[in-house]
Amino acid sequence: MGQQQGAYFVPTKSSWPIVAAVVMFVTVFGAAHWLNAEPGEASFGKSVITLGFVGILLMFFGWFRSVIRESLAGNYNSQVDRSFRMGMMWFIFSEVMFFGAFFGALFYARMYAVPWLGGEGHGVLTHQFLWSDYAASWGANGGGGPGRVGGSFQTVAPWGLPLLNTLILLTSSVTITIAHHALKAGHRGKILVFLGLTVLLGATFLYFQAHEYIEAYKELNLTLQSGVYGSTFFMLTGFHGMHVTLGTIMLAVIWLRVLKGHFSKDHHFGFEAVAWYWHFVDVVWLGLFMFVYIL
Amino acid sequence: MAHAATHDHHDDHHGAPTNFFTRWCMSTNHKDIGTLYLIFSLAAFFVGGSFAMVIRAELFKPGMQLVQPYFFNEMTTMHALVMIFGAIMPAFVGLGNWMIPLMIGAPDMALPRMNNLSFWILPFAFALLLSTLFMPGGSPAGGWTMYPPLSLQTGSLAYAVFAIHLMGISSIMGAINIIATILNMRAPGMDLLKMPVFVWSWLITAFLLIAVMPVLAGAVTMLLTDKYFGTSFFNAAGGGDPVLYQHIFWFFGHPEVYIMILPAFGIISEIVPTFARKPIFGYKAMVFAIAAIAFLSFIVWAHHMFAVGLPLGAEIFFMYATMLISVPTGIKVFNWVSTMWGGSMTFETPMLFAIAFIILFTIGGFSGLMLALVPADFQYHDTYFVVAHFHYVLVTGAAFAIMAATYYWLPKWTGHMYSETWGKVHFWSSVISVNVLFFPQHFLGLAGMPRRIPDYNVAFANFNMISSIGGFWFGASQLIFLGVIIHAVWFSKKKATDRVWEGAKGLEWTVPSPAPFHTFELPPVIRDEELAHGHVED
Ligand code: HEM
Ligand SMILES: [Cu+2]
Repeated sequence: MGQQQGAYFVPTKSSWPIVAAVVMFVTVFGAAHWLNAEPGEASFGKSVITLGFVGILLMFFGWFRSVIRESLAGNYNSQVDRSFRMGMMWFIFSEVMFFGAFFGALFYARMYAVPWLGGEGHGVLTHQFLWSDYAASWGANGGGGPGRVGGSFQTVAPWGLPLLNTLILLTSSVTITIAHHALKAGHRGKILVFLGLTVLLGATFLYFQAHEYIEAYKELNLTLQSGVYGSTFFMLTGFHGMHVTLGTIMLAVIWLRVLKGHFSKDHHFGFEAVAWYWHFVDVVWLGLFMFVYIL
Repeated sequence: MAHAATHDHHDDHHGAPTNFFTRWCMSTNHKDIGTLYLIFSLAAFFVGGSFAMVIRAELFKPGMQLVQPYFFNEMTTMHALVMIFGAIMPAFVGLGNWMIPLMIGAPDMALPRMNNLSFWILPFAFALLLSTLFMPGGSPAGGWTMYPPLSLQTGSLAYAVFAIHLMGISSIMGAINIIATILNMRAPGMDLLKMPVFVWSWLITAFLLIAVMPVLAGAVTMLLTDKYFGTSFFNAAGGGDPVLYQHIFWFFGHPEVYIMILPAFGIISEIVPTFARKPIFGYKAMVFAIAAIAFLSFIVWAHHMFAVGLPLGAEIFFMYATMLISVPTGIKVFNWVSTMWGGSMTFETPMLFAIAFIILFTIGGFSGLMLALVPADFQYHDTYFVVAHFHYVLVTGAAFAIMAATYYWLPKWTGHMYSETWGKVHFWSSVISVNVLFFPQHFLGLAGMPRRIPDYNVAFANFNMISSIGGFWFGASQLIFLGVIIHAVWFSKKKATDRVWEGAKGLEWTVPSPAPFHTFELPPVIRDEELAHGHVED
């Protein structure tokens, strides 16, 4: 497994990267085919996506398995560890920028687009000629835009489920930190308990969010189509929810790896990477709670 | 195998794998992956170039001659996407892959398997993108910038969006790899401020890539949901705004143009000292100028949007911020010229391309400065003047730098010298034709000819014909390039020395030519006189 000479480690050839490229291609090809299909022809694309997703799961499983084996064999020296850390940090930074695009869209819509449509600033003529009866505001009344795209709707009250979810995620940040300290101190039982709690908190968050979505669709008529309000609401919380899902799965995998005794006091990058990811997801949620729900 | 830095125990598993599939599809070797990137880029260059030939053929004369208008728009859109994401960016990643480990004394990239994945995503992404040309709805045809609402009305949007997602993932992984390599894999003694300028330029470019590719992903995702899932990001009736797309896109887009030029700056900063036989003038200033340009590139994006009706304050802010970029850019040009000043210069093909770069890129910079003036840009925006501007910075800038780099390092890669005669023929043919091709487009733009239009007023006929002739000529010249490369790889008898160029400095010239499959398996000892830019004075 790889050649290690002097200070450097270079891994051997591997088929996982090209497998990864193939399954990614299959997935997006299926997705594109499905979206582009004429009515009634979507089933082909849907089957291809499913195939692709299964492939991606198997690929992750296989690739990580081989990496874990190499790690357990002691192949990864401190330099490799540093490369992995940098990789994860910069990956999280790229995720921050991805969310940044959607937060940017939210701020722009609230601070510029909607007020301009209501006649503010240089939007005065648009307002007068196209939508002179539109009184700009965010939320239930104005967030659907002057065309009331998606029909009238109500917003999700921040101090119910969203507050609860905030508390859940904050608590989970604490539990994972406790687990981390336990790992450094070498208390396996304590790690398993607190990491397990973190997984459960993540799952509970997702359960409540699903509940909130169903309520929004069924009772509030707040949907993805509810003008720019619905677009930003669901895209931001939806992408965040996808990240929580991924994070929860990763935490569960790490829990299993702790159970199998994969980590040592000073060699546990996998644990830390997932912990960083979890904190990142947490911070994004605080931004969402603030700017999507409260304000 | 003369040099002590290259390890000389070459057991079996140290050489290149003999099985073709194993070697090229499962590689973890930075040189093989670099080669794959470069070949891919060359192929994309010819595919994208053939689209350009269609464009210039249609524009040869006024009136509709050869193609349908929709197909013409497909060509302008696909030409740009293929050249930007398929030719220029992969070429720089390929050069970075090959040269960065060699330049900093690392055995390979920091994350070699991810490196292979970054590459192999690309052929699939382009298969997805190019296949749209043959689909019932046609390919996207709203321009590479994909502004809504137009882009929502042209064909196969979903395919293009997913292709862009894939390219973005590839670029981000490539960039992460390059940062980790540079920050973590340098040989002892290769301090940050001793690194070659090319390595610095890539470090900063990689940062730009990680910062803005996800933003592009966000922008095209919003296009996707607006078209297929009924969101209203860019729909005014729903409270959105098409201009929002332009903001997000250009927040990516302007740093993107610097992603395509900063590594070129790095290349020129390697070549000029070699053939002037002098260390680069103002090494630190060069590094700080690159960093300053990268920083400024985040606060100038709206110069692409002066004509959409921005608030006055925004127009003024973005105008001045844009003009500010001329300062660090000017420093770079000044330093290249000063490096040549008093040097004992020779004019091999890489140097010819480098000098052409300095002159012609500067012309592109000047036209950029003209475009940065808000009142002037109201006239120039969306005309051929813009087309002329960005082709000077991208073709005679980025592409010329890539060609210079190819000639400069080809002997190191292949172990053979290319044909200097044919290299020079390629250079002169290209440098003359490219000006015949793009210079008249300035006049067309100033006279008001709009871009992305298949037909035009007869008043523009002469300059268009000249431009088209230049275009075919430039296209044909690149076949010489292809010939020179094929000759150097397979047929050239002339062995390259390790140093290759008399004045060349830097670790990459201490390893044999061709560079063996594995280099620097043990960290090399770095001596000051071997540093690419001489001693670093404070
Ligand atoms: C020297 C500094 C530069 C300045 C001041 C500058 C300024 C501008 C301005 C104001 C525009 C918008 C013109 C319009 O649409 O009305 C523009 C367009 C463009 N520039 Fe530059 N530019 C500079 C350098 C570069 C470089 C280095 C590159 C790439 C290597 C580049 C690539 C482009 C491209 C691709 C476009 C057109 C984008 C499109 O609309 O399709 N520019 N430039
Ligand atoms: Cu720009």
